[in-house]
Amino acid sequence: MPRIDDVLVVGVGGQGIILATDVIAEVFLRAGFDAKKSEVHGMAQRGGSVESHVRRGESVHSPLISPGRVQVLLALEGLEALRYAHTLNPQGTIIFDPQRIPPLSVATGAQEYPDDLTDQLSRYAAQVTEVKGYEIASKLGNARAQNSVLMGALASLTELPRDLWLEVLDSRVPAKAVEVNRRAFERGLESMSENR
Amino acid sequence: MSECTLLSGNEAIALGAHLAGVHFATGYPGTPSTEILEALAQGDYEAVRVQWSINEKVALEVGIGASLAGRRTLVTMKHVGVNVAADPLMTLTYMGVKGGLVLVTADDPGMHSSQNEQDNRNYARFAKIPVLEPSDSQEACDMMNTAFELSERFDTPVLLRTTTRISHSKTPVTPGQRTESPVEPGFTKDPSKSVMIPAYARGRRLVVEERSGQLAKLAEESVDAPPHLSRVEMRSPDVGIITGGIAYQYVREALPDASIFKLGMTYPLPMEAIRSFAQMVDRLYVVEELDPFWETEISAAGIEVTPTGLSSVGELGAPAILQTIGAGDSIVGAEPAGGIPVRPPVLCPGCPHRGVFFTLRRGGYAVTGDIGCYSLGVLPPLEAMHTCICMGASVGAAQGIEKALGEDAPNTVAVIGDSTFLHSGMTGIADAFFNGSNMTTLILDNYTTAMTGHQGNPTAGYDVYRSEAPRLEFEPLVRGLGVDDVVRVNPYDMQALESALKSAQETRGPSVIIVEGACALLPWAEHSPPYRVTDECIGCGMCLRLGCPALRRKGTGKRDQVLIAADLCTGCGLCAQVCPQSAIVTEGDDQ
Ligand SMILES: Cc1ncc(C[n+]2csc(CCOP(=O)(O)OP(=O)(O)O)c2C)c(N)n1
Ligand code: SF4
Ligand code: SF4
Repeated sequence: MPRIDDVLVVGVGGQGIILATDVIAEVFLRAGFDAKKSEVHGMAQRGGSVESHVRRGESVHSPLISPGRVQVLLALEGLEALRYAHTLNPQGTIIFDPQRIPPLSVATGAQEYPDDLTDQLSRYAAQVTEVKGYEIASKLGNARAQNSVLMGALASLTELPRDLWLEVLDSRVPAKAVEVNRRAFERGLESMSENR
Repeated sequence: MSECTLLSGNEAIALGAHLAGVHFATGYPGTPSTEILEALAQGDYEAVRVQWSINEKVALEVGIGASLAGRRTLVTMKHVGVNVAADPLMTLTYMGVKGGLVLVTADDPGMHSSQNEQDNRNYARFAKIPVLEPSDSQEACDMMNTAFELSERFDTPVLLRTTTRISHSKTPVTPGQRTESPVEPGFTKDPSKSVMIPAYARGRRLVVEERSGQLAKLAEESVDAPPHLSRVEMRSPDVGIITGGIAYQYVREALPDASIFKLGMTYPLPMEAIRSFAQMVDRLYVVEELDPFWETEISAAGIEVTPTGLSSVGELGAPAILQTIGAGDSIVGAEPAGGIPVRPPVLCPGCPHRGVFFTLRRGGYAVTGDIGCYSLGVLPPLEAMHTCICMGASVGAAQGIEKALGEDAPNTVAVIGDSTFLHSGMTGIADAFFNGSNMTTLILDNYTTAMTGHQGNPTAGYDVYRSEAPRLEFEPLVRGLGVDDVVRVNPYDMQALESALKSAQETRGPSVIIVEGACALLPWAEHSPPYRVTDECIGCGMCLRLGCPALRRKGTGKRDQVLIAADLCTGCGLCAQVCPQSAIVTEGDDQ
């Protein structure tokens, strides 16, 4: 498998997407690479759709991953996975949380939430993996650690040492949430080996 | 501290300002500029005093005072903020500075969170001042020092322009050494330089002209030489590209073999150096985001430029450059999946703005709107806002509709947030009073500047350091502007709001209704226990028209019963007020 350099993290405003890409980018940097990340703040934070790009390499120029070049699409919500699936390299991987957050148009009955997510997603990716981040984090006692579960899943696809991930994660979450985020991360890692 | 860390462009500007010995920083929030002052206030930068001003014009004026007092001064705003600050800017350029003054304009190509995508490089030419544009966070940090030095050396304000992708991308930064301005602090009385009456301004006008010549000379001399404002990267001679800002990164990504003339100071241009570069390459392109600003200047200088075919609308990216200059060798993604439900931003559960728009829609009002979280009142299902122009415009526009149509005017209401009202709504009210208008204005006072991230303002009671700050009361303020008919209403009591609106429309003279309730995301906002839906629900969907993210149908059927997500509901009670079956209840309600 080629080295994972270009990761797109997507989801709904408020799910901790920006924190996740902060962690991933810093892991890349501390591992000795050039790294960049980019997203748009502002209106999108009010429950809107959010996309955040993270990249590494010997030297990275554009902070945005060109469409068709995303290697891993890490989605904290299923519908958002589908919204950005077309940016994936066809050899790439989608890791998505099947948690459903219906947008207003669905809640009011104006539009329908797709039922066949996994099928639709597999048209865009070589591999599609479901990781129940929200459920796992909730059971661990803190639903906000959902992003750490997904990061654990991503970490399993990289060559980067687990301790490096944990070290950066620890430094980025509030002190009282360190333990639960660590556990969430480990569960994410494990869930990927179960999936293989 | 010389470790390499990932910083956003905005954090890097804050760090760079600190390293450049800035003593005073102010601005007005606006995406994508806001985090600069926040980072400066929250960082370990003790020598800097930071504050939010009431609007961009005041910010620049306070900044001018600080500069005249001999302090290095930073003023930040989003691109449209410079329009508000343009009046002092256009004369500041004649006066020059004492302590260096750098104005950061954060532009928003693609309009991610703005009402337009104006290209503020045009202000540099307009005001005859230099503009620097970083291509990543390291440059943003380093350029601050250069900007302050240039400001003092050439006696000019300096514009530092970022765009959303620079401000909000994180890239590695290794900080340099901290310096101090050589300028002695203190206010010097120097009327011929600082009092712009015509007699003195005519003299200064000539100084500006002379300075423009000196800056053009500096641009030429600093290509690959200190202070390194621009550089030439020779690679293949087939294609030469003049670029700068974020566009530089896209060019490097798309065309790794192209020779590049990278502009750091992007106005005035080093035209002779560009001319020599043009002679070294077979084809010369200019790649810039938004307006053909450099291309127009370079072509006007008689240098032959090959048109790129790139759009001057929206954000640029590596794929577009590959597809045009890269001769069709493009990377394209797959087709997006069809029929995906949209997910625009929404008002939060418990938002104090929600009931206002529901009531306005039910009352059939024509609503002139303004800018803030409440702009979301235009979207379904609320759909109760009919204009949104620039900050403060709601008040003037409502008066205009009334004046143009007289008796035939629709029942019109202006809706404006607290921060926006203080920014530029107050003058519209005084104008309505003076011109005998009967208009009604709703001030949505949620005690914060919510949309840009809850910055303090004069009704918030806290400042940029999140320390306590004096609070300004709206009621006496509005009365002082000439309004006798002022009432205060609770945003979660739609009946009270409805009667207040009716009575305001019947009252002669301008009326103001102050709708007071804390933004639901403020840490001290008081929430009540969640509501729930009983079996009396007939699935009519009336409550769903509030657009609260905590409410949804149980299934996919058009008449399915509704449920409330208890973890999202703040217990605001609006949905209970609109349910015709009284099927929405909370603790303690009898069933
Ligand atoms: C001239 C100008 N400056 C800044 C902005 C960015 N901006 C948009 S809305 C807003 C503040 C909104 O605050 P408020 O009126 O209190 O409404 P709220 O978001 O709290 O509902 C700001 C600063 C802008 N659009 N135009
Ligand atoms: S941030 Fe505050 S004002 Fe903005 S939508 Fe949410 S509750 Fe309303
Ligand atoms: S009471 Fe109703 S409208 Fe208010 S937050 Fe709860 S569900 Fe939403």
